[in-house]
Amino acid sequence: MQEFLQQIVSGIATGGIFASLALALVLIYNAMGLVNFAQGEMAMFATFIAFTLIARGVSYWIAFPLTLVIAFAGGIAIQRIVIRPVERAPILTLVIVTLGLATLLNGLAGFIFGYLPRSFPSPFSVQTVDILGALASYRDLGVIAVSAVVLLAIYLLLQHTTVGLTMRAAAHHPEASRLLGVRVSWMLALGWGLASAVGAVSGIMAAPILLLEPNMMQTIIIYAFAAAVLGGIESPLGAVVGGVIVGVTVNLAGAYIPFVGGDLQLAVALAIIVAVLVLKPNGLFGRPNVRRV
Amino acid sequence: MSIFKRIRTAPPRYWLVVVVVLFFVGLPTVIDSFQASEWAQALILAIAIMGLNILVGYSGQLSLGHGAFMALGAYTSAILAHRYKMEYLLTIPIAGLLTGAVGFLFGIPALRLSALYLALATFALAVVTPSLIKRPVSLTGGVHGLFLSPPDPPQFAKDAFTAVTGSAMTSDQWIYYVTLACALVLFWLAWNLVRHRAGRAMRAIRDGEVAAAASGINVAGYKTLAFGISALYAGIAGSLFGMAVGYVSPDTFPVALSIQLLVGAVIGGLAAIPGPLIGGIFAYFLPIESNQWVPTQTWIPSQIASTVEKAGPAVTYGAVLILIMIFAPNGIAGLVTTGYARLRRRLRGGGDRESGHVPPDPQTV
Repeated sequence: MQEFLQQIVSGIATGGIFASLALALVLIYNAMGLVNFAQGEMAMFATFIAFTLIARGVSYWIAFPLTLVIAFAGGIAIQRIVIRPVERAPILTLVIVTLGLATLLNGLAGFIFGYLPRSFPSPFSVQTVDILGALASYRDLGVIAVSAVVLLAIYLLLQHTTVGLTMRAAAHHPEASRLLGVRVSWMLALGWGLASAVGAVSGIMAAPILLLEPNMMQTIIIYAFAAAVLGGIESPLGAVVGGVIVGVTVNLAGAYIPFVGGDLQLAVALAIIVAVLVLKPNGLFGRPNVRRV
Repeated sequence: MSIFKRIRTAPPRYWLVVVVVLFFVGLPTVIDSFQASEWAQALILAIAIMGLNILVGYSGQLSLGHGAFMALGAYTSAILAHRYKMEYLLTIPIAGLLTGAVGFLFGIPALRLSALYLALATFALAVVTPSLIKRPVSLTGGVHGLFLSPPDPPQFAKDAFTAVTGSAMTSDQWIYYVTLACALVLFWLAWNLVRHRAGRAMRAIRDGEVAAAASGINVAGYKTLAFGISALYAGIAGSLFGMAVGYVSPDTFPVALSIQLLVGAVIGGLAAIPGPLIGGIFAYFLPIESNQWVPTQTWIPSQIASTVEKAGPAVTYGAVLILIMIFAPNGIAGLVTTGYARLRRRLRGGGDRESGHVPPDPQTV
């Protein structure tokens, strides 16, 4: 029983990492109806920037927000340079462009930082603490806390500020927003910037656990896809719930189903994606999709 | 008589086809055995890309997981040849048909998915494939994979090759010709497919699903058919790939392979028959040539050169995907077609200019 609870706590912690990346996917999906295949690689790249800062002697708690600011600026730059020229193109073009971006960032990271896996510092110790009979490490609790703060911040920004309102308006009714004086294209850029920063949080949280290298996020992005799809791809709350469910499910399946073990955990994510898409394509919190001819 | 007339009046692109076929038939007689093996792999990529082209370019469904279908084809052949001692050439059509059937079945749930979700699910499939292959160890050989002995060229091929070049035929050269034969048949089939009923139906679905359904086209049927045919091509390509490389292992089929296929399809040009051939050659030789070129340049420090070897293909592929999508969404085939049309207009003395407008480029993706 105790081990079971521990598996759940560590599942929630990994779920927090998935949830942050899934939330980043949701932000871009809501802005322009696109799944950003480069989200994981953008997060990985940002994590390398954090790593470089820390290696240069910047303290963790300064490097962390600084990286988020850089990631934010980077996201806006990517939207302006790469995405904007194809903004109105069909969805397949956009998907191929983000996939190209993912490949490019992966290669660039390998080029600049090399393929050697590096250990990434975590401000939280791996010592454990007893909560209600389950032993949880400070690191897991820290990941949960940081993820929760980020998710709350995004929620407040989107629901309770003018910028958030404008962003949502630009996404839902671009034409009407434009008539009301909203600069829709810049709102999209802002969405990319935010998503990039949120994704960076997930990268920085994942790096101490996984070791930092250019392919670090390649599996995390699949879990994040599963989380976003499960929660309903347009729902920020769904991304969070989906992330936690995926984290816990994958952890439990790896621990208790011998056939799955360590190497088929990713296949569990694939199974979740396929099952949700086929059985309930709108996910848990998504709105049914109405198509107009 | 009539056949001479047909030859005389044949449009220039038929002559182009004849020249291209002769080029590929004659190629191994002027290059060495190793280069023949490289060209065989480029042709194999071209076959897989043609499958992807039928799916993405003609029926408008995006698959990022065609590497998985190639893996299925390759492992089918490898298991039949390795465990059941079957003649490898016989396993190629079996691998193609099996993969095609699986692709057809895969196409049924895919019907329910929007383009975006389909891309997402197939991408996940591509990422998971290597770990799925590792599982049934007794069947697939696990991490170590399966080794395949190179096929021996049959006597008639040896005799013919020796008569032309004066040297003995190696198994790589034989593999090249098997691949070329498969490629010719499959390209010819694809060409016929897209010009006739099924191809027209697929394009109609791509350009407007509701309109196609309203015109009486069986949308679900043709979409799954496209998936099946596309997987059949990928399966045959995978089977040939195993033979050309000499072994199959989980690492033979990483996500990067699926990306490479997509790059090839996009560079060559979607919804164009010559596109996959151009794309296959580019996608195969681009990283190899750049890797061979970089170390010969003494001004590049050796440390950087070794990084380029690892990161180079990813950087080039990524940059190429983005640039092509922004500047030439119809790929090289599209550029050639529009360039040729413009040239003809210019030569004819601006016949179209009188009507006042140039028809817009067809955007297929």
